Amino acid sequence: MLLKEGAIRFPVVSNEVFPFPTRRDSPVIDQVGVEERAQRFCARSLKKETKVTALKLAVTMLDVTTLEGADSVGKVRQMCQKAMRPLPGDPSVGPAAAVCVYPRMVGTAVKAVQGSPVQVAAVATQFPSGQMRLKERLDEVRYAVGEGADEIDMVISRGQFLQGEYRAIYDEVAACKEACGKAHLKVILETGELTTYDNVRYASDMAMAAGADFIKTSTGKVPIAATLPVTLVMLQAIEDFYERTGRMVGMKPAGGISNAKLALQYLVMVREVLGAKWLTNQWFRFGASSLTNDLLMQIRKQETGRYQSGDYFTQD
Amino acid sequence: MSANDFLSGGFAPAPESADHFEIKKSYDLFIGGKWVKTAKRFETTNPATGEVLSEVGLAGKKEVNQAVKAARRAYDGVWSKMSGAERGKYLFRIARLLQERAREFAVVETMDGGKPIRESRDVDVPLAAAHFFYHAGWADKLAYAFPGCEVAPIGVVGQVIPWNFPLLMAAWKIAPALACGNTVVLKPAETTPLTALKLAELFEDAGLPAGVVNIITGAGETGQALVEHPDVDKVAFTGSTAVGKTIRRAVAGTGKRFTLELGGKAANIVFEDAPINEAVEGIVNGIFFNQGHVCCAGSRLFVQESVADKVIKKLQKRMELLVVGNPLDKNTDIGAINSAEQLARIKALVKIGQEEGACMWQPSGGVPRKGNWFKPTLFTECAQSQRIVQEEIFGPVLAIQTFRTPQEAIAKANNTQYGLSGGVWTDKGSKIFKVTTALKAGVVWANTFNKFDPTSPFGGYKESGIGREGGLHGLSAYCQLIH
Repeated sequence: MLLKEGAIRFPVVSNEVFPFPTRRDSPVIDQVGVEERAQRFCARSLKKETKVTALKLAVTMLDVTTLEGADSVGKVRQMCQKAMRPLPGDPSVGPAAAVCVYPRMVGTAVKAVQGSPVQVAAVATQFPSGQMRLKERLDEVRYAVGEGADEIDMVISRGQFLQGEYRAIYDEVAACKEACGKAHLKVILETGELTTYDNVRYASDMAMAAGADFIKTSTGKVPIAATLPVTLVMLQAIEDFYERTGRMVGMKPAGGISNAKLALQYLVMVREVLGAKWLTNQWFRFGASSLTNDLLMQIRKQETGRYQSGDYFTQD
Repeated sequence: MSANDFLSGGFAPAPESADHFEIKKSYDLFIGGKWVKTAKRFETTNPATGEVLSEVGLAGKKEVNQAVKAARRAYDGVWSKMSGAERGKYLFRIARLLQERAREFAVVETMDGGKPIRESRDVDVPLAAAHFFYHAGWADKLAYAFPGCEVAPIGVVGQVIPWNFPLLMAAWKIAPALACGNTVVLKPAETTPLTALKLAELFEDAGLPAGVVNIITGAGETGQALVEHPDVDKVAFTGSTAVGKTIRRAVAGTGKRFTLELGGKAANIVFEDAPINEAVEGIVNGIFFNQGHVCCAGSRLFVQESVADKVIKKLQKRMELLVVGNPLDKNTDIGAINSAEQLARIKALVKIGQEEGACMWQPSGGVPRKGNWFKPTLFTECAQSQRIVQEEIFGPVLAIQTFRTPQEAIAKANNTQYGLSGGVWTDKGSKIFKVTTALKAGVVWANTFNKFDPTSPFGGYKESGIGREGGLHGLSAYCQLIH
């Protein structure tokens, strides 16, 4: 296992596990109401210094991601450079929180980010479908952790959830948590496949009880990825869980957050639902690939009053 | 780190600009398509700053008489004879012009009335335009709206509207009246005349024939003169119950038709199986929308015992997030109280609430120094026999009671002199039907609150008024239906 020197480690993860919650323990969600509430965050208007701080904050919350079959060692290395220095020559911007890759690329990424605070996250458990026996899925987690991953992004078995085999989901999250050891566990619910907000809420509650350090909306591999309302439902679950247990859980919307305006709306929502305490990359992340450059462009716009061409921002 | 830093929880100022249009130094009365000067005038101010915005004419008996005459002339000469399709064209044109000038109307509404720009921009102006569009569609289809009836207009309609939704109420009143072939004399509220006068300018731009709509500004006496004018065929009033009673006495025995849309003290009932987070949001929208200056505001909250603590805690947390301040700022949730008189009334009733033993809570944030402001407020441990539970406060003040059984909630909800609106929050469909049908209120919302649509009739039971506005019911109030 490669050790990263000088890396700022997040505090030791909590290994607390809470009893299996039943569906009745989760509050019901009104679709119309939750969508209306989410829309209201979009009416907030961030200007001047508020906007600059929020944009810079958003950069530090990025999980810069590449999850393609065509990923190469070179591409991953380049992406790591970008995560460490998003705006070359301006150290006040970034670094990003983490890079997110497939397990095969973890070793490459770990080497590339060595000495920087950037974490390495690996998707595992037969990402994106999760359609494999638990044993092999856990082996994959152990492999990624062994390669040096700081964070594991697991997928839950949506098929089993929809069949009503809730206990199996709780058990697989708990087993993954154990397999993670010191690595952080992010649990991907794939909300687009859970189809209802009630399901999302219950899956969130269950994942947190089973030990998730983060709950995450999507893989980015199905048509419906992160949305403001679905993230709101998950933030409310985190809020209630914290009220009940005193344990903070992080949130990661992923997929579909492609511009700075939308990212800021997410941050406003986090601030108003969970409070400023959650506004660090320890508790909130964006899973995104194209968001980075739009954030950088908007930061430059705030500083100079003008939009610059895309050529002034590095493409990796 | 400055106070507007994102992490500190604040917002940098984000004011909507008010420099792309003009509020004139003075406005006259709009009578017979002309601007008519008056000897007496009065000022209208911005309640958020106290600054004088404009000076408007004060219509006396003479001007009221002039306006009614102009309306009668327009009715006999043009409007009652015009085909529905032609009337519809004018209404469509008005609706489109209103949409085009939406920003201007929203800013003026906010400056003159104190409501947050978010609401005037997203609710008042779009809904006002929607009312013109909706009624424009009916203008040539009245025979189909009331099958088997011959439909005829009524004549000259005298309309008196309140200060809480100045433009929207003008649209609610004018659009159906014109669609059915009537002509109008409208008196906006004393403290908020500007958007109605701007609307008069818009009617000019639309080429609406002279005298079809006349707008006269003034105070209570002007309204009284209009209501009592012998040549007015119908009176439509939105406002306080006290004035509504006076109007009903004034029209008694005259043969005038009337519709009254008056006060309310709506019950918002939250059951233990409700979607709690959404219910909390609905409670906030119910009572803090437009500073609680809403006749159908959900000012009484009934929450089931088993979830009461949770709901109140979440409600308080949510109230801490409400931004009180400059109504023109896009981030403002709660604007200014409309007038010093209204502020004094709210303060007096809140004081009574404390003296009567209810437990008051307000969020920690401050309010601006200048202007009329009142923090969002809630009272717990309320009882039916307290005045804050019985009387309409018309401000951002919520009275909370708990209940054990649905029967208890229904009984207490109906135990009021009012009956305008109500709300029910439960995930159980059967309970929605059972409770909503048991509530004696004109409008009942399920798992939402304060939703308005031109197609949906609005109006009250008991002291909340008589007649309906909007939808077919509202349309029928502006027609003679000959069977």
